[in-house]
Amino acid sequence: MRIAIVDERAARAAVIDEGLREAGLTEIAIFSERHGIVGRIEAFAPDVILIDIANPRRDELEEIFSVSRALARPVAMFVDQSDVEMMEAAIDAGVSAYVVDGFSKARIKSVLDLAIRRFNAFAKLRAELDEAKGALADRIKIDAAKTLLIKKRAMTEPAAYAALRKAAMDSGRKIVDVADALLTAEKLMGGL
Amino acid sequence: MTDLSLRIGFLPLVDAALPILAHELGFAEDEGLALTLVRDMSWATVNDRLLYGHSDAAHMTAPLAIATTLGLGRPAVPLSAPFVLGLNGNAITLRPDLAAQVTDVGVPGDVAAIGQRLADVVRTGTKLRLGVVHRYSSHNYMLRYWLSGCGIDPNHDVEILTVAPPFAADALASGEVDGICVGEPWNSVAVDRGVGVIVAVTAQIWRRGVEKVLAVKRKRLEAEPEPYHRLLRALWRAGQAFVDPSRLDEIANILARPAYLDGSSALIKGAASDQILFAHGHERIHVPDFMFQHREAANFPWVSQAAWLYAQMTLAGHVTLNKADYATAQAVFRPDVYRAALRPLGVPLPGASAKLEGGLSDPTGVGTVQGRLILGADSFFDGRHFDPDALEAYLA
Repeated sequence: MRIAIVDERAARAAVIDEGLREAGLTEIAIFSERHGIVGRIEAFAPDVILIDIANPRRDELEEIFSVSRALARPVAMFVDQSDVEMMEAAIDAGVSAYVVDGFSKARIKSVLDLAIRRFNAFAKLRAELDEAKGALADRIKIDAAKTLLIKKRAMTEPAAYAALRKAAMDSGRKIVDVADALLTAEKLMGGL
Repeated sequence: MTDLSLRIGFLPLVDAALPILAHELGFAEDEGLALTLVRDMSWATVNDRLLYGHSDAAHMTAPLAIATTLGLGRPAVPLSAPFVLGLNGNAITLRPDLAAQVTDVGVPGDVAAIGQRLADVVRTGTKLRLGVVHRYSSHNYMLRYWLSGCGIDPNHDVEILTVAPPFAADALASGEVDGICVGEPWNSVAVDRGVGVIVAVTAQIWRRGVEKVLAVKRKRLEAEPEPYHRLLRALWRAGQAFVDPSRLDEIANILARPAYLDGSSALIKGAASDQILFAHGHERIHVPDFMFQHREAANFPWVSQAAWLYAQMTLAGHVTLNKADYATAQAVFRPDVYRAALRPLGVPLPGASAKLEGGLSDPTGVGTVQGRLILGADSFFDGRHFDPDALEAYLA
């Protein structure tokens, strides 16, 4: 089965590609660059085309599929209408699919199922990455606030951290928020 | 108190105004209806969300609702259009050098004469590439209607391709297309950038051309009519606000927000008030009925409008003429639901469900089941009429 992945986010396309390959599907091509995309998809002659649902060019691609002579008429959202649950999962995950006429439905379902899982995995990866970035930013702020206390109040590092933590607990805020407030105050008050 | 809720899918276009305003100006809330607007970037996705239950209703090009019901390019799912979100509001914008060959740049002209000159260009052997926003869009059929009426065969003499609205100006700038037929604010964006000149607005091609509709899954509409009836009343009042000149600035500012059109409020204001800038460096010109969102029961889903679209789909080769499909296409438009929902507002309700399209050249009073209604001229640029009961004669 030949699968084309159309996704402007190359990182996500790579995650999907990897998942499909692990499942033993090897005839996969990724199309991230729009220029000349039709010719390249036609040359690849896929059986299934997976497209990111938020891709603003979906209407253009659908139109091209419907008039292409080289592609055997891929049809949108191929799963039979009884399988609404799967389609909802696909939309939740952000993937849409097109399949050429007459392709085995059972085989396509397994591919779509896999694609959905990989799209979700990618979303989770991104969420984790954002969280990690957030944690790092918090760390930097807390360190800066500690340094300020060490310098201005001649505290040791453990004492500075304890002071931040106590202020946070007393005011029901997070340590990073206290650190942030301290840094803002320092900026506004200057050397006072 | 809101006790019912609906999610409405839309694309960032000026004619998504009524659902947005029904929410923002509190008309839905007055009906006890909570609205959530779901913004997407392609009609395919708007349609997917509607079909698979991510939205309860959608801002949709009228022909796409028909195509989905007929199962063109995907499994058929019956949709209903109980409310027209507006008439016209689109324009045809050409590359500036091409525009200069066919029109008096910067001012509106006689679209029949402009089309004749475009036909002369085409006869020199230049195969023009023209972009429309979707295969099943009024833009496509209106453009085709104009070209055919001017002696250009849209199926052979030119190449018509799909270009998503946000990329229309880029496609003109890069030479990917020679012209586009797109909704606002995207013509204005192209004009503003100096990469396109408006040569015609669709209101000049058909004075009362059907544009976007509110599309709903027929099953849902019939199983739970109440939230949709409330929505229709809120949309009707949003239309009333849309045409109130004293609210223009407020409305343009709301539509321009990042969550909605995420665009220039000045360009949106131009379109919403029918003040069109045909070419960069010229003055805005008032084009009567450029967008027609409310007056003369503009939101009434005339079954004959759906019939006209089916006729154009036949001419474009998108469907093969078939009596059963013709009936199915017409049944997508739901004047019965419109009347049931709006009766409590006491607004004029047409008595007939179909009319002779293009048949009025002067304001004419029409029969109603409630209120008084006068319809203005609804002519086509070539003076033809469309009688939904004489489809074969029309196509012959």
